[in-house]
Amino acid sequence: MARISVEVDGIAYEDEVEPRLLLVHYLRDRLGKTGTPIGCDTTNCGACTVLLDGRSVKSCSVLAVQVDGCDITTIEGVSSDGVWHPVQKAFHEEHALQCGYCTPGMVLASIDLLKDDPDPSEEAVRQGLEGNLCRCTGYCNIVRAVRRAAQEMRVTTP
Amino acid sequence: MIPASFDYFRPSTLDEALEVFAGAGEEAKVLAGGQSLLPLLRLRLAYPTAMVDVGRVAELRGVADRGDHVHIGATTTHDEVVRSPIVREHCPLVALATATVADPAVRHRGTFGGSLAHADPAGDLPAVALALDMVFVVRSSTGDRTIPAADFFLDYLESALQPGEILTGVRVPKLGPGWGFHYEKFHRTAQAWATVGVAAAVRQTNGTVEEVRVGLTNMGPTPVRAAGVEAAARGVEAGRNGSLRQAAEQAAEGTDPPADLHAQPDYRKHLARVLTHRALVSASAHRSPQT
Ligand SMILES: Cc1cc2nc3c(=O)[nH]c(=O)nc-3n(C[C@H](O)[C@H](O)[C@H](O)COP(=O)(O)OP(=O)(O)OC[C@H]3O[C@@H](n4cnc5c(N)ncnc54)[C@H](O)[C@@H]3O)c2cc1C
Ligand code: FES
Ligand code: FES
Repeated sequence: MARISVEVDGIAYEDEVEPRLLLVHYLRDRLGKTGTPIGCDTTNCGACTVLLDGRSVKSCSVLAVQVDGCDITTIEGVSSDGVWHPVQKAFHEEHALQCGYCTPGMVLASIDLLKDDPDPSEEAVRQGLEGNLCRCTGYCNIVRAVRRAAQEMRVTTP
Repeated sequence: MIPASFDYFRPSTLDEALEVFAGAGEEAKVLAGGQSLLPLLRLRLAYPTAMVDVGRVAELRGVADRGDHVHIGATTTHDEVVRSPIVREHCPLVALATATVADPAVRHRGTFGGSLAHADPAGDLPAVALALDMVFVVRSSTGDRTIPAADFFLDYLESALQPGEILTGVRVPKLGPGWGFHYEKFHRTAQAWATVGVAAAVRQTNGTVEEVRVGLTNMGPTPVRAAGVEAAARGVEAGRNGSLRQAAEQAAEGTDPPADLHAQPDYRKHLARVLTHRALVSASAHRSPQT
């Protein structure tokens, strides 16, 4: 067993974990943060995407021991005081989800993408989300939502 | 699936890493970004008994300009490589190829050295390492040695690294003025591995090709240097209408491409010829204004 301390969605945790415990299992099974789903066994789908020290990673392919001392943001930590993040709001308004399974990963990957490129072209959104698969929407509304969120974020944070 | 159990070590210096690695037994593995290793563990295709996580060894990370070459530390992430102004200026082919690796989340974790040490012929960086004659810097508890790229890739997923050796970094020679670069990758879906990839560097003077380097991805159990193309392209006219097409016809010579769901060997050979032509034309058009 190894001892880790990690901050998840603004709360500090200290835990004993087995080295083989995957970050996504730590989040879901240990912390009860089931907002982060598991969609594949091959690191392809991106459903499990979280932010590790601010950058997107696939939490199914990171060990919990590797994030000792780090800061994690899951979908459960992106709203503040009950107010949705602009990306969440735009996904809702543009109907960017159907079953919703890919959505937590899509939202976090989009937040990461918008940090680098506050005004992404359609092509840039498609490139930026290439690691996130959606089996329902056909992506068009997702692209629209990300660009709408970008616009809103540019207005609200000048 | 849940990976099988292993012992985990997280050294903070290279000396400590070498010591731990030397004592951790034959089935121990270095863990860098984990973007090849952890998927294998999850599928229970690999069973290391111990993992030596080098992710926090500061000496292994970062890009440095060393005069005649650029040194890229083994644990520099793909994302850091793509963003590095030194890499973009002095070895743009590395930046171009790395930007096509996987997807942003994988590039945030996966490392330059891990991609090379993994020695996957379908990986994009081994062919670039061959084409640019990179030199691998390796350390073990008994000392340092360097391995030229041409001697590093031995077989499918097999490199020249010996038990107990850690790849510390890679030297990328600067090619000097007059070179243009391109990485041409053919794949079926956005984040997929290359069905075939071509790394090309072209040096020209006044529209005449002086020198060409070509590395091929996924055309055999190791990355391949297309020596036939390199010889045939010397002295020909650059650009789409010149004789680069005839030179590119040599691309499949001496290759032994795999058969899988995505392509049979004959189709891969066809792709190698077509993509090599595209890569040479683009490389000669995109000459960098280097000094
Ligand atoms: C969905 C997905 C898509 C991908 N697509 C591509 C692609 O299109 N093109 C591509 O090139 N790659 C692709 N990759 C692989 C990716 O580039 C990995 O980052 C890379 O192959 C391994 O780097 P790593 O740092 O994660 O290595 P790890 O997984 O940590 O290690 C890989 C191997 O190298 C050894 N190793 C690592 N570092 C060292 C070192 N310093 N010294 C000695 N041994 C070492 C390890 O022991 C292990 O055997 C993809 C991966 C995923 C998950
Ligand atoms: S669960 Fe599919 S990438 Fe993590
Ligand atoms: S909404 Fe169903 S997978 Fe994307």
